[in-house]
Amino acid sequence: MSQPVISVKHLVAAYQKNTVLENVSFSIPAGSLTAIVGPNGAGKSTLMKVLLNLHPAITGDITFFGRPFKEVKKRIGYVPQRGSVDWDFPTDALDVVTMGLYGDIGWFKHPKKQHKARAFEALEKMGMQAYAHRQISQLSGGQQQRVFLARALVQNADIYFMDEPLAGVDAATERAIMATLKKLNALGKTVIVVHHDLQTVEDYFDHVLFLNQTIISHGKTQDVFSKDNIRRTYGGNIRWLGGVD
Amino acid sequence: MWSLLLNTNTGWVLLSTTMLGIAAGAIGCLAYWKKQNLMSDALSHAALPGVVITFLIFQEKNLLLLVIGAGISALIGALLIQWITTSSRISEDAAMGMILSVFYGLGIMLLSIASRSSGGNQSGLDNFIFGQAAAMVRSDIRTMMMLAVIVILTVVIGFKEWKIYLFDQSFANSIGLPLKAMNTLYTFVLVVTIVIGIQAVGVILMAAILIIPAVSARYWTHSFKCMLIISSIFGAFSGAIGTLISAQGRGWPTGPFIVVVAASFFIFSLVFGKEKGLLIHYLHRQNQSKQYRVNQLPIKGAIK
Repeated sequence: MSQPVISVKHLVAAYQKNTVLENVSFSIPAGSLTAIVGPNGAGKSTLMKVLLNLHPAITGDITFFGRPFKEVKKRIGYVPQRGSVDWDFPTDALDVVTMGLYGDIGWFKHPKKQHKARAFEALEKMGMQAYAHRQISQLSGGQQQRVFLARALVQNADIYFMDEPLAGVDAATERAIMATLKKLNALGKTVIVVHHDLQTVEDYFDHVLFLNQTIISHGKTQDVFSKDNIRRTYGGNIRWLGGVD
Repeated sequence: MWSLLLNTNTGWVLLSTTMLGIAAGAIGCLAYWKKQNLMSDALSHAALPGVVITFLIFQEKNLLLLVIGAGISALIGALLIQWITTSSRISEDAAMGMILSVFYGLGIMLLSIASRSSGGNQSGLDNFIFGQAAAMVRSDIRTMMMLAVIVILTVVIGFKEWKIYLFDQSFANSIGLPLKAMNTLYTFVLVVTIVIGIQAVGVILMAAILIIPAVSARYWTHSFKCMLIISSIFGAFSGAIGTLISAQGRGWPTGPFIVVVAASFFIFSLVFGKEKGLLIHYLHRQNQSKQYRVNQLPIKGAIK
């Protein structure tokens, strides 16, 4: 196994009085494509937010490339849940993608032509070039998700966190997004995705992290994606168990 | 009208309310997308006790001092709203409603005490309720314009940062934007805009000039930059025209006129707005149904 790019030790996090994450420890190998799966309220999004310093941890140690988050911020890309923003905001697709370059552009400076060109290129990669100047409110859910992904692409990060990028998108978008993730993966990038569809885990991801407040199981998909682990993570409430031994 | 402008003080007052309108139009856009329109109303009401207490302490009507007092009192209001919301189950709108009325009530109570203690004429302190731009002296105007310029520059210089802060906070944070600092700065410029406006517009109606121009601008554009510019223009004209009209009568308050002018811009935008106006919607629908009918014709022919 290659060297871990993310290492988490004894992480505890809570919302007000409710502990959401309990003693979470794991490490993510470089160049892996990992799915975080678990039932609603298992703490998947919280885990991602804590890793990205968007929500405070009570205790625990998190390192990226052996260093704390603040030192490696620029090497980390993030795709929030689509529903976390107001798509009625007055702006177009190209402008949203350009936001991914704000770190490069520098504070208080205006984006230049080359930045717009790079943003356009990213939209092209997501098959969205025709919608560059389209109002974001007029895009479909799948198109909005592609815009978000394009914004992450221009960041040219080494690690990508994506919170449910496949939730509520059409089949074409799902294919486009997965093709992009595989491409990123082929370039040696590490991708961590909060995922909700157990049926596609085996096809899409090489690593799985089963989470339900704590780590139930974590490893290569072929080793840990088993009926037993799914049942232990989801309890008795899982309807779909077909195809897994 | 021209004789009014030639009167230098009126000219200066006009310039200051125009600047105030620009600042309020710009900050109003931030408040609009931060979904905190009611917050500006709560904060402007919360400024009143600060004004009166400062007057009671210093016994003079110096705008800079009063503005600082108003600012402190509005910030206390903001902190209380935040504290109530985070430390209890009370929702933000209930917290704002409480702070708004309690602070305003306290302000009015203190105002009646102040008016009695300083012998009937409390040197126009009640101007702060409905606004009286003409009562401003040259030093007041200087203070007000300087602060308005600071507010406008804060929005212009950080335009790109404000945009991502308003659109996508978690992404903004992930690329290293200091959210806490921006929240503080936002509250600060909002409070500054409110307090510089309370003499000209008054605490009761100050929120209107923050909210209405931004809402009106939304009808004209799909670009955040244009929305900021249009909102500032609406704010500027509301301030200027409202001041001019109120100067026609002796002792007419400025605030209500500014708000009525702003509201007429809103009605105009609501009907004629290029992007979301009612008329455009109507014409668009007419056009669609016409096209639909045209498209139907050849099909009919084909069936025959």
